[in-house]
Amino acid sequence: MAGFLLRRLLNYLVLIVVATSLAYMLAAGALDPRSNYEGRNPPIPQAVIDARLTELNLNDRTPLFDRYLTWAGGVVHGDFGKTVAGGSVGEDLGRRAGVTLRLITIGLILGSVAGVFVGAYAAVKQYGVFDRLSTGASFVVLAVPTVVLANILIIAGVWFNGLVGAQVFLVSGEATPGLQGGFATQAVDRLQHLILPTLSLSLGLIAVYSRYQRNMMLDVLGADFIRTAMAKGLRRRTALIRHALRTALIPAVTYFAFTFGSLLVGTTFTEKIFGWHGMGEQLVNSISTNDVNTVAAISCFAAFAVLAASLASDVLHAVLDPRVRVG
Amino acid sequence: MRECDERQAGTGARPGASGRADLADPVLEVTDLDVTFGSGPEAVRAVRGVSYALRPGEVLGIVGESGSGKSVTSLAVMGLLPPHARVTGSVRLRGQEILGATEKTLTAFRGKTISMVFQDPLSALTPVYRVGDQIAEAVRIHQKVTGQQAARRAVELLDLVGIPNAAQRAKAFPHEFSGGMRQRAVIAMAIANDPDVILCDEPTTALDVTIQAQVLEVLKRAQRETGAAIVLITHDLGVVAGSVDRVLVMYAGRPVEVGSVDDVYYRVRMPYTMGLLASIPRLDRGGGQPLVPIEGNPPSPSALPPGCPFEPRCPIAVPACAEAEPALEPVGSPGHLAACVRAGEIEAEGWSPAQVYHAGTGGPDERGPGTPPVHLRPVRLPRDERDVVLEVKDLTKHHPLMKGAIFRRRIGTVHAVDGISFDIRRMETLGLVGESGCGKTTTLMEILELTRPQHGTIAVLGHDTAGLNARERMAIRRDMQVVFQDPLASLDPRMTVYDIVAEPLRTHGIRDPGPRIRELIRLVGLDAAHAARYPQDFSGGQRQRIGIARALALEPRLLVLDEPVSALDVSIQAGVINLLEDLKNRLGLSYLFVAHDLAVVRHIADRVAVMYLGKIAEIGQVGQVYDAPMHPYTQALLSAIPLPDPGKERSRRRILLEGDLPSPASPPSGCRFRTRCPKFKTLDETDQARCVNEEPRVRRLGEDHGVSCHFAEKLDVV
Repeated sequence: MAGFLLRRLLNYLVLIVVATSLAYMLAAGALDPRSNYEGRNPPIPQAVIDARLTELNLNDRTPLFDRYLTWAGGVVHGDFGKTVAGGSVGEDLGRRAGVTLRLITIGLILGSVAGVFVGAYAAVKQYGVFDRLSTGASFVVLAVPTVVLANILIIAGVWFNGLVGAQVFLVSGEATPGLQGGFATQAVDRLQHLILPTLSLSLGLIAVYSRYQRNMMLDVLGADFIRTAMAKGLRRRTALIRHALRTALIPAVTYFAFTFGSLLVGTTFTEKIFGWHGMGEQLVNSISTNDVNTVAAISCFAAFAVLAASLASDVLHAVLDPRVRVG
Repeated sequence: MRECDERQAGTGARPGASGRADLADPVLEVTDLDVTFGSGPEAVRAVRGVSYALRPGEVLGIVGESGSGKSVTSLAVMGLLPPHARVTGSVRLRGQEILGATEKTLTAFRGKTISMVFQDPLSALTPVYRVGDQIAEAVRIHQKVTGQQAARRAVELLDLVGIPNAAQRAKAFPHEFSGGMRQRAVIAMAIANDPDVILCDEPTTALDVTIQAQVLEVLKRAQRETGAAIVLITHDLGVVAGSVDRVLVMYAGRPVEVGSVDDVYYRVRMPYTMGLLASIPRLDRGGGQPLVPIEGNPPSPSALPPGCPFEPRCPIAVPACAEAEPALEPVGSPGHLAACVRAGEIEAEGWSPAQVYHAGTGGPDERGPGTPPVHLRPVRLPRDERDVVLEVKDLTKHHPLMKGAIFRRRIGTVHAVDGISFDIRRMETLGLVGESGCGKTTTLMEILELTRPQHGTIAVLGHDTAGLNARERMAIRRDMQVVFQDPLASLDPRMTVYDIVAEPLRTHGIRDPGPRIRELIRLVGLDAAHAARYPQDFSGGQRQRIGIARALALEPRLLVLDEPVSALDVSIQAGVINLLEDLKNRLGLSYLFVAHDLAVVRHIADRVAVMYLGKIAEIGQVGQVYDAPMHPYTQALLSAIPLPDPGKERSRRRILLEGDLPSPASPPSGCRFRTRCPKFKTLDETDQARCVNEEPRVRRLGEDHGVSCHFAEKLDVV
C-alpha cells in the first residue's frame, strides 16, 4: 500500500508541474500587464514601466522562457512571485484560501450529508410522496444556475429582514468590518453572514447527492444480503442503515472528496455575489487585472487541490470497500 | 439429514405412522397459505393453499420447477416478502401465529427460532463487513453476550461448518471466500442461535457438484448439532431423494403430491410427479432410450386454467380434469396425498411413470399399459472407419495475469487450458465435462475462433486452423455452428424468429431462404406459423429450439453446444435433449457437448472427456467411464451427484473432496489433482513423490479409455 501511494504521489507531482507550467505559459503569453500602466494621465515614462514590470517579472520584453525560469526558480523555493500591485502572491492566496475554506466547509458537509439522507430515504420510499417531491425539487435546483439561485436567496433574505424588522441575514462579506464586541457577538455576526452563501452552496449539493445516493441505494435495496440481514433478526430499519446504507455510501464518500477539491477554487459565483474574498473570486479578478503570477499560482493550487482530492477519494474508497484494496 | 431413526409419513392434519417425532407438536405449521401479487385480473397468485406441518428434527423437501411458488412460500413464512404481496392463511411457529405479526415479534423469531439459507451465496453476505463480524452480529441480535464472546462463537461456528483455519478466516471479507465457503458461512449464520427450523432455499443450486456434496454434508452436520427441522427447497429430485424424510411437490403454486420420500419416488400417484421423475436423465442408466419430456409449458400464474393446472400437459387427462381443481386427497399409504382425479385409478392399476407417459393421450386404460418404444440408434460404422470431424492436439491457452492500475505488469499466468487432446468422429457426441473453472468453455472458444492456438493444433474437418485464410475460415464456419447456454441472451430480442434463423443463410449468400426457414422451424418442433414472433414470446425451451434451428440453418457437420440445457427446467430440458439426439441421428451430425451436468452427458454423449484445471483427467467411451471410472477425480465427481432414487442414495458411498479448486494461476506441481485427491492420501511416500514430481500423461487403459493418473484403478461409484 505504501509503495502504491508513493508511486501515485510521484505521478501527481509530475502532473502538477506540467499543469502549472502550461498555465503560466498561457497566462504570461495571453495577459498583458503592460496595459495596466499605459494610457494613463499623466503618462508614465516607458523606462519606469519597464523597470516596474521587470521588478515584478512581468516584462513582455524579456523572453517568455526566461520569465518562466525566473518564476519557476521562485516557486521551487516556495515564492509565487508578486501581484501586479506589488504584494506577495503567496500571502494573498494564503489569506484567500482561508476565506474559501470557511465558506465551503459547512456548506459542503451540510449539503452532502443532507443529500445522502434525502436520497437514501427517497429510495426506501420509492415512488412515494417524499420520493416524488425530492426528485422534483432536485431537478428544479439543478436547472437553476447558481447566479440566479444566489440572487433569489439574497432577495428572500432581504425580504425576511424587512418582515421581522431586524438584520437576521447579512448578504455581503464575511464579517461586519469594525464590529465591536466579544467572541459571542463576533461569532453571531459571522454566522449571519454565512447562512445565505452556505444555503446557496448546499442546495446545489443536496440536489446532486440525493440523485446520486438514491440510485446507489436502489441498487442495493434489492440485494440478497439485505434479506439475509433481516433473516438474522435485524429490524428492517437497522438492516437498511447498517447493511444497505453502509454499502451504498461508498461512491458518495469518494465523490465527497472530489467535490471538496474542486470547490476550493470553484465557488466563483457564490464568492462574487456574496462578497467573500476567496480563491474563486481572485481567479476572475486576476485575469481582469492581467495578474500573471496570481493566475499561475491559482492554477497550481487548483491542480494540487484536485489531485489531492482524487488521491483522498482513492484512499477513502480503499478504506471503505474491502473489495478494491490492493494487496 | 436422515438423523431421526424413525421417518415420519404423516402430515400435520393427519398424524400417520408411529414414530418418536410424531409425538411432539409440530414446530412449524403452515395452513392454507396464499400469496398474491398485484390485484384485479392481472393479479398473480404465486402460492395457492400450501399447507404443511414440520415436526422437530424432520426434513421436508419442497420440489418444483421455476415459478411453482416454492421460494415465495418460504419467504412468506419468514415474513420477508415485499409489502405489496398479499399473504393470507396461517403460519404457526411453536404454536404462535406469526403471519401478520408485528415486526417486533417477527424479529424475535427470525434468526433465533427460524432461520434461512438462501440460494445465491455470492450475494447473500454484505460485501463490506468481515465474515466473522456478520456471524457475530447474528449471535448478538438474540443473545446478551459481549463482542468478544460473539466473535469467539463466530469462529466456533465457522469451524463447525468446516472452514479450515476458522480463527483467521473469520477476519476475511466475503469476496475472499469461494462460493462453497460463503454458503458454509451463511449456514453458520443460520445455526448461530440454535434454531428450531431452518429454511434452505435451493442451497446448492449455484454450486458445483463436488461442492454441493460438501455443503449437503455440512447441512447434515448442522442439523445434528442443532436438532432443527429443515425445509429443503430445490428443483433437483436427486438432492431431495438422499436428504429428506418427506416430500412436497409443487406445481403452479399448489402442492400436488405430499408423502414420505419412498411413497413419492416409488409409489407416485400424481402424473406431474411422474413426469418429473421420468424426464430426468439418470446417472445410473445409460443412454439408448429417449427421455420422457412433459409436453407444453407450465401455465402462467396470472392465467390459470379453470380445472387442474396440469391438465393441459397431462397425458392421462379426462374431461373431469378440466372442470374443477382436484383437492389434495389421501391415496394408499397413510400420509400420502395427491391432487389428481385419477389417483385412485393409478393406485388400483399400479401404473408406473413410464406407462403413463408412453401410453399417449388416451391414457393407459384405452390402449393398455404399453411397453416404452425402444429408441433405435442408427447403424454406424465402427469408430475407426468414420471420418475425424474435429481433432484437437495438445491445445494450450494461457492468459496473462495483470496487476496494477497505473503501472500494469504481468504477475503470473492463468493456465486456463494446458495441453489437451481429443478427437470427434462423424456422428459422434463428445461430452466435455468439468466443474466451473476447469477450462471447458475456454477450450470451446479456442476451437470456435478458428485461428492458430498458442500451442498445439486444432483441425476442423481436416483443415488445420493455423493455416486458414479469411475465405477458408468463412467456409468452415458453415460446417461448424454453435448453440449457447442462455437461450434468451443469445437471441436478438428485436429480431423475429424468421430473421434470426435467416441471418446465417443471408450471411452466406443464400437467396430466398423462406422455404428452408419453415423447414428448420418445423425440424426443431416449433410451429412454422410462429416465425413472425419475437424471442420473448417463447418459453425457455422453445427459445433454445430457435437457437438450434439457427445453428442448423447452414447444414453444419459439427455442432458445438455450450451448456445448451443447463438453463432449462427438467421437464423442458428432456425435450431439448431428445431433439438433439434425434437431429444427430437424422442429419448425421457430430456434437461437442460442453456441460457440467454429468447425468445429461451420460445420456447424450458417446464419449466423454473429464477436465480438471485445464487438463483432461479421463477420457473414453461413456459406458466405460461411468461404469468403471478410474481417475480419482472422476470417481469423486460421479459419487457426488445425487441420484433421484431414495433407496440407492441411502446405500451409496460418497467420496467427498476436500477444499476448493486450486487457482489456475498457480496449479499444483506434478498431478494437478493431488492436493484434493483421496487416493493420494493412501499412498506411501515414494508413490506420493511421484504424484508431486511427475505429471501424469493420459494413458490408454482399455479399449477407448484413457486416464491421467499414475495409480488408476477401477471403482464402481454410481
